[in-house]
Amino acid sequence: MKVVLLLICLLSAGCAPKPWIKPYERARLADPVMAMDRHPASSAYQHHVHQAREGARGAEGGSGGGCGCN
Amino acid sequence: MQLRCLLALLLLPVWVNAAVLPEERADALYHRYEGGGMTIDGPSVLVRKNIAERVSFSANYYADKVSAASIDVVTTASPYTEERDEYSFGTDYLAGKAIYSLKWTQSDESDYSARSVSFGASQDFFGDLTTLSFGYARGDDTVRRSDDPVFEEEAMRQQYRIGVTQVLTRNLLMAFSHEFVSDEGYLNNPYRSVRYQVGSGYSFQSEVYPETRSSEATALRASYYLPWRAGLHFEHRWYSDSWGVGSRDWGLVLVQPWQEKWELEFRARYYDQTAADFYSDLFPFQDAQNFLARDKELSTFTSTSFGVAAGYTFFKGRWKHADRFLVRLSLDHYRFEYDDFRDIRVAVPVAGDEPLYGFSAVVSQLLFSVWY
Repeated sequence: MKVVLLLICLLSAGCAPKPWIKPYERARLADPVMAMDRHPASSAYQHHVHQAREGARGAEGGSGGGCGCN
Repeated sequence: MQLRCLLALLLLPVWVNAAVLPEERADALYHRYEGGGMTIDGPSVLVRKNIAERVSFSANYYADKVSAASIDVVTTASPYTEERDEYSFGTDYLAGKAIYSLKWTQSDESDYSARSVSFGASQDFFGDLTTLSFGYARGDDTVRRSDDPVFEEEAMRQQYRIGVTQVLTRNLLMAFSHEFVSDEGYLNNPYRSVRYQVGSGYSFQSEVYPETRSSEATALRASYYLPWRAGLHFEHRWYSDSWGVGSRDWGLVLVQPWQEKWELEFRARYYDQTAADFYSDLFPFQDAQNFLARDKELSTFTSTSFGVAAGYTFFKGRWKHADRFLVRLSLDHYRFEYDDFRDIRVAVPVAGDEPLYGFSAVVSQLLFSVWY
């Protein structure tokens, strides 16, 4: 069983240019607590609160994660 | 151990194909801002539906109901009420490890209309450890005056952004983003005035802004998974523009699940800004320079905020078409302290001796979400 699992994991990662974090090591990154934008309606409003009262604008975030955790 | 491996296997397809569409969910948010003589509240409804795991559609209705008696309003105009409605529709298309997005937004109030279209793309690289994204948006605004039916001016805005998100360790994610924004056209608030000295008193004249503005903002974000299952998010952004405004802000958020159904969040943020080159609280005489501003958003000030949120998740129970529900209450307290904007509601013998202005605000949000 372990050999099969190892083989599948190795083959899955085979096409990638040696990622140093394997897909099966990304459980923590995929946890909802790690999402930078957990509640889009709420964070959009919070950005609006700042934009309306501060001179700065842009680079507010909301970009997707590279871990596939979304 | 075997169970953990089996779980990893089950989730493997999701992780390997890192680019995924946003979650299918519907959000109903009630938001309220209260402070500095302003009360602004209203709903925001955001619905997202995916089709065949390739295309995602989103629609958002957002409203602000404004009751304004801010320091600007009470010193140079009369208190007023107003409503702003905003509609946006977006679509995301997933193609392999890339996502292409398109969004259209329309916002209307009695004396201001804004339309914008944005396009974005993101692509995963290097074993899905890196995501590169870029985007472009264009906005066209029409500025009117409620007391002058003939007055109508235009403004155009273009935004270019680029971002990189990188998985660094099994506990750490970092994201870098940069955005360039350029404006052209009528960038004033047509109602706002500056004050200038007349003897030991003062008088008012209309603000005059440049007709172009370009700005650059760069942000660095990091998310770290803490050993006891909590997410710590850090954010730093620095900003500068052609008007001479410069700012930095720092933010820290702790997301702490509690038992199975609770999600707690603790936030702190600090914002520090330097004034625009043509800003002054009190100009020495009328038409003292080409450009004149006394908008406190363009002054030197700091803003500090602390916030908490608590969310409770219900699982679907008897509901056939829903996976789970969330009810979340969020509160933030803001404190704004101005270094060169004076409280002219206070009468003093010599103009310019008024105390510096500052105010507090409370932002509250009640969110109801359903995942399906």
